[in-house]
Amino acid sequence: MSEASAHAAHHTAPTGFIRKYVFSLDHKIIGLQYYALGLVAVVTGMVLSWIMRIHLVWPNSPIPLVQWLSKVGAPGGVVTPEYYLSLMTMHGTLMVFFVLTNAPFAAFGNYFLPIQIGAEDMAFPRFNMMSFWTTFVAFCILISAFFVGDGPPLAGWTAYAPLSAVGKDSGPGEGLGQTLWGLSIFVFCIASLLGSLNFIATTLDLRTKGMTLARMPICTWAWFITSCISLLAFAVLLPACLLLVLDRVGGTSFFIPSGLNVSDHLQPHQGGSPLLWQHLFWFFGHPEVYIAIVPAMGIVSHILINNMRKPLLSHKVIVYCMMAIGFLSYMVWGHHMFLSGMNPFSALVFSFPTLMITIPATIMTLIWLGSLYGSNLRINAASLFCLGFISMFVAGGVSGFFLAQPTIDIYLHATYFVVGHFHMVMGVAAIFGVFAGTYFWFPKMTGRMMNETLGRWHFWLSFIGTYAIFMPFHYLGLAGNVRRYSAFTDDFLVPLVPVHKFITYAALFTGAAQLIFLFNLIYSRFKGPAATANPWECTSLEWSTPSSPPPFDNFGGVHPVVYHDPYQYGVKSSTGDYLMQTSPERAGETP
Amino acid sequence: MRGNMGGKIFAVLVIVIALASAVPIVTHTWFGSNISLAPPEDISTHGSEIDKQLDETMLEAGLSFLAAQLVLGVFVWQFGGRKDGVLKNFPGGAKYLVVAALLLVGAEAVALGALGTKAWGSVYFQPASADALQVQAQAGQFAFYFRYAGPDGKFGGIHPEKIDEGNSNFFGLDPENDIPARDDITSGELVIPVNKEIHLMMHAKDVGHSFYVRELRIQQDFVPGLDLSVHFTATKVGKYEIVCTQLCGLGHYNMKAYLNVMSQDDFDKWLKAQSQ
Amino acid sequence: MATTLQPPPVQLDEKDLRPHDGNGGGGIRGLVPEGGGLRAVADPKGEPTRTGIWVALAAIAMSFAALTSALYVREGSATDWHHIVLPPILWFNTLALIASSITLELARHRVAVFMRGQESDRSRPTLWLNLTMLLGLVFVAGQYLAWLKLRSQGLYLPTNPNSSFFYVFTGVHAVHVLGGLGGLTRVMVKFRSSGRPLRRSTLDATSYYWHFMGMLWMYLLFILWVKL
Repeated sequence: MSEASAHAAHHTAPTGFIRKYVFSLDHKIIGLQYYALGLVAVVTGMVLSWIMRIHLVWPNSPIPLVQWLSKVGAPGGVVTPEYYLSLMTMHGTLMVFFVLTNAPFAAFGNYFLPIQIGAEDMAFPRFNMMSFWTTFVAFCILISAFFVGDGPPLAGWTAYAPLSAVGKDSGPGEGLGQTLWGLSIFVFCIASLLGSLNFIATTLDLRTKGMTLARMPICTWAWFITSCISLLAFAVLLPACLLLVLDRVGGTSFFIPSGLNVSDHLQPHQGGSPLLWQHLFWFFGHPEVYIAIVPAMGIVSHILINNMRKPLLSHKVIVYCMMAIGFLSYMVWGHHMFLSGMNPFSALVFSFPTLMITIPATIMTLIWLGSLYGSNLRINAASLFCLGFISMFVAGGVSGFFLAQPTIDIYLHATYFVVGHFHMVMGVAAIFGVFAGTYFWFPKMTGRMMNETLGRWHFWLSFIGTYAIFMPFHYLGLAGNVRRYSAFTDDFLVPLVPVHKFITYAALFTGAAQLIFLFNLIYSRFKGPAATANPWECTSLEWSTPSSPPPFDNFGGVHPVVYHDPYQYGVKSSTGDYLMQTSPERAGETP
Repeated sequence: MRGNMGGKIFAVLVIVIALASAVPIVTHTWFGSNISLAPPEDISTHGSEIDKQLDETMLEAGLSFLAAQLVLGVFVWQFGGRKDGVLKNFPGGAKYLVVAALLLVGAEAVALGALGTKAWGSVYFQPASADALQVQAQAGQFAFYFRYAGPDGKFGGIHPEKIDEGNSNFFGLDPENDIPARDDITSGELVIPVNKEIHLMMHAKDVGHSFYVRELRIQQDFVPGLDLSVHFTATKVGKYEIVCTQLCGLGHYNMKAYLNVMSQDDFDKWLKAQSQ
Repeated sequence: MATTLQPPPVQLDEKDLRPHDGNGGGGIRGLVPEGGGLRAVADPKGEPTRTGIWVALAAIAMSFAALTSALYVREGSATDWHHIVLPPILWFNTLALIASSITLELARHRVAVFMRGQESDRSRPTLWLNLTMLLGLVFVAGQYLAWLKLRSQGLYLPTNPNSSFFYVFTGVHAVHVLGGLGGLTRVMVKFRSSGRPLRRSTLDATSYYWHFMGMLWMYLLFILWVKL
């Protein structure tokens, strides 16, 4: 396996377009590839959500261009109920796997973890390249489900059995589409495991001289902790997907019980357990959502410290809290299953750690808030998204407190309250972390600055827009608005449609605002003003590389030596009010 | 927008948004309308505990939400865009904040947890009483059917291979060979007497479904292969919607039935009429 | 009551500047250069390789733990748990796998002796490595024979949950063993080559993986015997 790593200190720069930009071993290129894949996935997922939102409030109206996506699913552009569910399934799958596991973790982590610890590359560059291309293959398999006979699966990203396991009898898309889903996620798991392996080995073994674990920036810690969570979580989803695919094509009965009459077809399976799928899936699924948020917590902490020009009240506590969250995340999966028919006593058992996980999250929030006090907070696009993250994290976290209690879950389960909760924490807060990281690290990745005015407008519109979309979800949930419905025809749902209309307008508005970001990203890449070496006056190692973007071995043949922790802000030094980690200078008196 | 202004704008924005978010919670309606955004009237015997828990959680969570957004806004107003000010630490540093979080959240969690256990227990840990009215519910793509035991008080067996919707044999009964099945009453509506405990036995025909009646404060999944049941008592006459809340396929949005709560007399009359 | 920020950092002394846990240098681990660069193999990525294999083994263990819990849960809900008779060839396969671990350890010892320059004959280490490969292939072939035996009894993958788990457990394990054989092949190729020679960490990692496969098999055999 050591051959998979580059030769020691002396690997030569790659030549040729293919080796440089396609099958690259360079963690920076791989990070950008993950980011690009995440971008494609998020745009696709967002477009799917627009179609969903438009269909929900105007169910009989044709939506332009959708009939090209599927003549059967949207004849004349009018989305059928089954196709709505297929779009919903693909939306969730793309967003959770290919956006939220990719962008904050694989993209930024791959790019910056090695640099922040002073290494030349990841421990296993070839595995790293493999992990990206494997993710890409998984993506292609998933997208292919759009183009097969019956279309994409309709069982949701959670793919509960037996709906997802019995095959095409249970509905359109449940034939080949669902099998492709299972294969795609299986492959994605393998890619994720390879990636996590790399992160862990790199963090433990490739830190440069003077870079103790305690001196790693918070975002490095976040990526490391995330990779530990990810390793064990995806290792469970992998066999689960295998068993699901075997039930579908191999005739086994892991998840399918006896005596099912689906669409007048008696299923031959015997004795399987639908709850088994739920247990396996959520054992992965809950840590997965922390995989989505922990990197964003780290990125936001890092950027906030830099913009506040002062350290957080306690970095150790933040890191310990992230560890606690990672650890507790493995104990709470049953809170997705309070009403699933599992032993009701287990519900109470799962509820307790679920409530406890609020503690480290609250501590972190209080520390972020408390650290703002007395700071010299710089306001820019990156720091605004960090502040937005804090606001959203509170909003989304607070609704989790309701759902953690089984009694309240009796009423709120499977309503829009749940959808509001997870969209706020994952769909907004985590994404805000990605935006903050983009604005912050763009100068280092490209050598150019993104446009600050456009960045701020992107923030204002997104911040208002996402609140306008997702806050009302909670109200709808309190009214009992059931989720995963393709139309609102029930007596009690019809009066709620005006609220849904408001949400749809907000969603389209917010979606349009993202165009500002896309334009800014692409335009600045080519025409943005040149960036100085350290435009944010940041202390961590990525800002001490000899160029932006850094050279292929990150530090130009030099092994950096680290003298300080990354929180030397508010100190007097020759560079100003901060000390870079690699600076041998000692701080003067505090100003 | 220079640095200073940005901070002030954010501060105002976050506080305004937080307060605006609270309005529908407090008024229980959507802005400027009479669209109700709260749980409907509770018609169950156990629902008041759930509602109390919900209200308490809303109070605590709501106040925490508002407080956090307010603090965020105030701090960003004060310190956003501040240049060359003297850097200060929050009084007490991290220590007090950690303790505060531990105490606040810990206390809330324990209190709500304890409260909730009682409510949960009343729904799940107590078995249905012996004289509860037994009704069978079957969920299948995409309808609910209900079955009563009929005068003999016994349910016939279910044979999935005999299900024939065209001939209204929704449960797959075999009246020819199965004597108790002969007088079983099948209905597309869940008709029950008021103030009488109902023991609903839940059977899934094909995939996962769920039984949700908002007014009853009841929700429970139908799991294929598992014999699950719920018990409840309705306290008010009327018609209420039963909807499916577990994604079950293309007709999921349309899968519903009515809970028809009648007086005991009316129920007896209805039941008798079904047998004829 | 605001407090001023952190006092100036204390004087950094040399101990803060020592290399920490695998710095960029690495260096030669356990191999003594002995005239002729052939045997002196720098192993700068020794640490990450060793860390990497433990991490990988943790993930593999977790996967099999998930499958084990699936087995237990499935048994709990089963109406059709028919015990199967484990094909006797499994015991022979087990012996082969255990023997392969022994031969691998002997091979490692021989390789170390060779690398230290105390031996100049490649044939002894190669022999033991070849034996390990052979025993590994015997194991996989034997597993296939076990499958054939089950099939002859009419027990296929979907027949009943016991047979399903048998095929899944043994199949997934066999796939990992094949991966291990791939690793062993790589070790052997490198051992013979002078251009990109075998590093100690490569051999270590491959060996740990191989032994883990052996231990995993014994655990699986136990579970299969008790449960199925």
